[in-house]
Parts: sequence; structure tokens; C-alpha cells
Amino acid sequence: MEVSLIGIHKYFGAVHANEDITLKIPSGSIQGILGENGAGKSTLMKVLSGFIQADKGEILLNGKQVVIESPSDAIQHGIGMLHQDPLDFPPMKVIDNFIIGSRLPLFPKKSVVYREITQLQKQFDFDLDLEAYVESLTVGERQQLEILRLLWLGASVLILDEPTTGISAPQKNKLFETLRLLAGQGKTIIFVSHKLEDVEQLCDRVAVLRQGKLVGVEVPPYNIESLVTLMFGKLVNLADRQDTCTETPILRVEDLALESPRLRIDHVNLEVREGEVIGLAGMEGSGQLLFLQACAGLVRPIHGRILINNKDLTGKRYHVLMKEGVTYLPASRMEEGLVMGLTLNEHFALAGENQGVFIDRQAIQEVTSTRIKEFNIKGTPRSTVESLSGGNQQRALLALMKNQHSLILMEHPTRGLDIESSIWIWSKLKNRCSSGSAIIFISSDLEEILHYSDRILVFFAGKVSPPIPAEATHVDQLGQLIGGKGWDKLGLPDLQL
Amino acid sequence: MTGISILIGLAGIITAAAPIVFATIGETITERAGVINLSVNGTIILTAMVGFATAVTTGSTLLGFLAGMLVGGLVSLIIAFSSITLKQSQVAVGFVLALLCRDLAYFLGNPFMGLSGPRLSNFHIPLLKDIPLLGVLFFRQDVMTYLSILLIFAAWIWIFRTRPGLMLQGIGERPAAAFVRGANVNLMRYVYTVIGGALVGLAGPVYSLSVKAGWKGTISGLDGIGWIALAITIFGGWNPLRAAFGAYLFALLQWAGLVLQPSLPNIPSQVLQVAPFPLMILALLLVNIGNTEWIERTLAGLPEDVRRLIAKILRSLRASPPASLGVPFEQD
Repeated sequence: MEVSLIGIHKYFGAVHANEDITLKIPSGSIQGILGENGAGKSTLMKVLSGFIQADKGEILLNGKQVVIESPSDAIQHGIGMLHQDPLDFPPMKVIDNFIIGSRLPLFPKKSVVYREITQLQKQFDFDLDLEAYVESLTVGERQQLEILRLLWLGASVLILDEPTTGISAPQKNKLFETLRLLAGQGKTIIFVSHKLEDVEQLCDRVAVLRQGKLVGVEVPPYNIESLVTLMFGKLVNLADRQDTCTETPILRVEDLALESPRLRIDHVNLEVREGEVIGLAGMEGSGQLLFLQACAGLVRPIHGRILINNKDLTGKRYHVLMKEGVTYLPASRMEEGLVMGLTLNEHFALAGENQGVFIDRQAIQEVTSTRIKEFNIKGTPRSTVESLSGGNQQRALLALMKNQHSLILMEHPTRGLDIESSIWIWSKLKNRCSSGSAIIFISSDLEEILHYSDRILVFFAGKVSPPIPAEATHVDQLGQLIGGKGWDKLGLPDLQL
Repeated sequence: MTGISILIGLAGIITAAAPIVFATIGETITERAGVINLSVNGTIILTAMVGFATAVTTGSTLLGFLAGMLVGGLVSLIIAFSSITLKQSQVAVGFVLALLCRDLAYFLGNPFMGLSGPRLSNFHIPLLKDIPLLGVLFFRQDVMTYLSILLIFAAWIWIFRTRPGLMLQGIGERPAAAFVRGANVNLMRYVYTVIGGALVGLAGPVYSLSVKAGWKGTISGLDGIGWIALAITIFGGWNPLRAAFGAYLFALLQWAGLVLQPSLPNIPSQVLQVAPFPLMILALLLVNIGNTEWIERTLAGLPEDVRRLIAKILRSLRASPPASLGVPFEQD
């Protein structure tokens, strides 16, 4: 189906999220939509998929104007969308996820659904267990579930919003293969991403959005520099690697074993030195979070020891470890890191050294102002944290950290941030390393892990690799490892899969 | 105690549990859709009075039950409007309604205090009533008790075996995902809140026209039952079968308190009367204790076998609420 968007405008309050976007997507093609976070890609796709309505503009399908008022309207017209965080029901079975939005009778015959889905699965060589619970699936499998579901409902236009986040290299290849197959069948694929390499690899045409406007449409062969310039309005370069690693150990983990209801990790050994950065790679839920939390004293190990500055702190709680200079920065900035409704001033008052009952307004105001300047936060001391953008919230979190930390533990330090903020935040973190701090961080962005880590631990289903020096590996190998492949080459016993 | 008196006692438990079953199943349905109706306690007392007053005035128990459902539905409509349309706190509104309805019942019910009124009679089901044991237990009850048992299974089938029931689960779990699958989330939440409220409203007349027939104002002995019903909803893990089990367990504990009293003269009678309440709290605790950090930490220090066993037991008891319980749905 040919999709045309004509003069789409969308406002969120004062923000002009989509400004006069006109785009024609031919049938049977894979159209890339490229842009930074906040460029307006998701908004445009939500308009097309009926999740929200445009304030102005028209949508034409095969040349005919249509009005799409809801997602179920959209699917009636043959448009289906895979959201970045798959919109499914984790505590339900896969089969029920198919039935729930269908037009089946009151008491649905599961055998019919089984047969139809199994046939559809064969077509794409998918292997989903229809009786499994969705929460036990990987993100990649949940995407397959959504693709199957939308096709089953008769979608001929598929919109995928950032589908390569959080999936392994083999899963990504499988996804791309499927999308090419679908395009070959005449379906229209719209692929939304901020990752240049994905778009380059897959798309027949790319439309670039910046600050709500369509700034260019390119076709292969792509010129990466011109795409980058379109995306950011200028060329952006990553900072060079700096080596800040020393010989003094800060953290020693000895034969650590951890257990959560779903996972068990055994025999982890690691020594982290001052100035060192350790990246934890793995798909979400592979054990890296459990490990990071154990290092922070948030989870009690069932075996082994954790030593910080040569003190045995195994099984001690976070506030004890904090006194040794450990700090933990959670992934959900608003929920766990910052307090909604409080201003920056009040945050610095909370985090301050002053143990008195009353707040010394004057002193805090000074501290806040200097920190705002130092960390380049776009806001005033009186701004509430929720009024800040994601990048500025992350900067505020960093600014709130005390100076003399020896070990910084972070979940997804730059998730959801634009590339400039990411680079800036890492430059600040590297400064910490130069003054002797060590960092352990989780990220689903393998490029980030490779670029900023000195050594990398890969997690897969509770299995942990020995520390791999970042120079000795590359994105492809990491992508394989997080998907459970190539572990034998690490000199480990074979994985039981 | 003879065998037959135990049997009659057990049959009495099934009768006594009927109103709690109506209330917990009603609340389960409402909460499955993501709305908390905290007014249950007040609704039960108010509908007990309204149902009794209607039956006394008209001479019809049927009209009494219908009046109860109507009032229960109206109270829940207030909850639905304030929480779904006005996006106000369900807890605050529900709690105030719980108190308001109770006091309203005591105030408006004054003229009907102590009157004698119609009472639901037992209806023995032919043939089935003669089955040994089961006949006495299940088939010599009144109509509402039969309905309460049917409701358990009907609710279970609806929630877990039908397509709209799946959607009901979806609406409480992840309204955005239900919305993209074509559900009118807010309308469905209204519908299920009112249906659930009407069922809760049935619990009151079942008391005043059958289980504890009559209206005696503040000494009707109904205050507190609604809070227990809310607790049983949680204990039941939002599953009608488990919720019904909780309701029967509570009725059994109350009955045991009465029966044991004569044989345990050393224990003050108040202790036995109150005992079901802390026992219910204990049961509630067991259901939800598994996912606390404190338990995880404690478990991590135990030897392997013990840890596995306890973790397994706690996991099997555990129930998680609908993920969007109490959260208003906003499109984007």
C-alpha cells in the first residue's frame, strides 16, 4: 500500500512536534525515518497509526484520503505499529495476546488460532511457543509476536519504532531478513531509528527529521557524513579514547554467586582499579543488573565476597557502602534518581553535607548556581526537575554526586539522550576517572560500551564472561555473545542452551 | 457434636459466605479493570438497609435485592466518574464514600429499625437434595446462595475463558496495549466498575433478607465486613476461584470461633470473635511477602535447600495485582 502524508502538523502545548511534514512512501519499500531523540519521528508515526491525531494535514492510502481516529481504525485500514516498548501483555500467554484484540467470537476456538499462527510462523521461520508467557520472551521474540499479530490482523503497512534497541545481533539479522521478505511481498515497511548503521543496512529510502521538520530524503548509496549533518545540523565526532586506568584496586569481587527468582549467577571474579571503566553488556534481564546491584549492596550475595578498598563489605547494605565512596545511579531518572516536584535547589539541599534540621538557603543557592554552571544544566536553581529535559535531568543527577566517590555504578548512563548530551556526560565521567574514580555501567548500546569501557563483562542468561579488554573485541563479537553465541571461543565450558 | 450437626454447620458456612462472595467477586471484577472501589464497606451497610426497607415496604424480597444492586451501582458510578473522568484519587473518594454510605444507612434506616420483614426462604432442589452429604451441604440453600456459587464460576469463565474477559484483564494490566487492540478503555472501566458495584450492592440485601435478617442499625453487625471483602480480593489474587476460597475460609473461621467458644472457657469470647480478622491479615501477608527486599535478603543467608523450598512456597502463593490498578488511562 502506498502511504502519503501531506502537510502534517502536531503541537504539544507550545512545542511544534511535527511541522508541515509531507512524505510519500511507495508500496513494497522499506522507508527509513531517521532523527535524534525528540526530532518528531515517534509523533509522526503515532499520527499515522492512530494513536494521536494530527492538528492539521492529510493521510492518503493508495491515493485515497482516510481519517484515522484510533489504532483499531488504523489496523482496519491495514496500518499496524510496533512500539519501541512492545505493547503487549507480559503476564498473559502468547496465544491470548493474539486473541485479545481479534474479532473472534465470545468463546474463541484456540485450535483455529493455533493453526493460523503456526502457518504464519513457518512463513518467516519464527519459533514462538504459543503457550509461553510473554514475560518469559526476549524483546526480539516479543517483536516477532507483534509482527505476527499485526499480519494476522491483515496489516499491509508495518511501522517499527526503534526496533533494534535491546535485541542481539542474530535477532537483529533475523528481523531485517523478515522485513526484507515482507517488503518483497509488497508490504510497506516504515523503519524508525536513530541508528545510522541500521538505516544504512536496511532501508531503500531515508527521510531525516530534525526538530520536527523533514530536512531531507536520501537514497542509497548513502553518504554517512551528509546523513549526520542532516540529523544534527552539523558534524559530530566522538571524543578520542583516553586511558585513565591505574594499578590501585578499588573493588574486588571474589567467586560471587547471586540469585534472583529467575536467574542465578555463579563464580564471578573481577578486580576494578582506580580510573578504570567496566562495561556490562547483555540483553535486559541477563544478570547484569543483579551484578551491579550486588556491587552497590542492594542485593545480598549467596556466596563469595565483595571487597571495596580492601574492606570486606559482603552483604552490607547500600548506605554502608556509600560511606566507602560507592554511588549508584539508577536507570529511571524520575522514579528513582530525582524527586518530582522538588527544585534543583532543594535537591542540592537534600544531597548536601549539612546535617542540620534547617536549610541554609543562601549556601545552597550558591552551591546550586555553581553546579548549574559547571554542568551546563539548562535551568535555574528554582526549576523543578520535571521541567528539565532528559539530558538536563541526567546532568543534574551527575551534578548531585559528591566529589570524592571511588566507585560509580550506573544503569544506562545515556539512554534516551541526544548524542551531544551523551558525549558531554561521558566527558564528565572520564574526568571523574582521571581523578581516581572507577565506573561500572550497564548499557544496551554496544557502541557505547566498546567506546568508553576499558574492559567488558558480557552476560547471557546468568552466565558471565571473563573481563574482555575493549581493544580485543568488536561490535559483532559482542552482538554474538549477548545472543548466546561464540562463548566457546572465550575458553569457557560449552553453554547449555 | 454429631456428624449431622457438623454438616449443618458447614452448610451454614456456605450460606454465611454468600454475601462475602458477592462482594469479593464484584470487587475482583472492578479491580481487574484497573479501578479500586474502596467504598465496599459502606455500600454493603447502605444496601442492607435499602434492600430491607424496600422489601418491607413492597413485601417483595426480589425488589429488595434489585434496590440493593441499584444503589451499589450508583455508588460505584460516583467512583467511576471521579476516577475515570475527573481523574481524582480513587482511594480518597472511595474511602470517603465508605464512611458516608455507612452513616447514611444508620441515619436513613432509623424508621425501619427492628421491624420484622420478609425473609428469603430455602429452596430445596429436587433430586439433588437427596444426595448424601452434598445434598445437605449445597442443595438445601436459598436462591441467593445458589446464585453466589454460580457467580464464582461465571466470573471465572468470563475473565479467563472469553475474549471480552481477556480484554478485561488487558485493560487493568496495560490499558495502552488494550487501546491499540481496539478497546474503549474508559467506557469498559465504567461498565465493569458499575457491574462490580452492583454485585457488591447485592451483598447487603443478602445479609438483611437472609443471613442476618432484619435491620438493627449500628448493631446490625455488618460494619467491617466490607474491609474484609477488600482484603479477600487481594488474598484471592484477583481470581474468582481463589477469592471464593478466601470468602469460605473467613466464614469458616467465624463459625469455628462460635463453635469453639463453649469448649474453650478459658479464652475470652472476644478473642475468638476477633480472631478471624488477624488471621486474614496473616493470610494476606503470606500472599504478598514474597517480593519484599527484606525477605530476599533474609533468604539469601539461608542454606540452599531451605532457601529453594521457601522461595517455591512463597512463589506459589504470590499474586500480583493488575499492573495498572488505580492508574488512570491517558491516551499518550
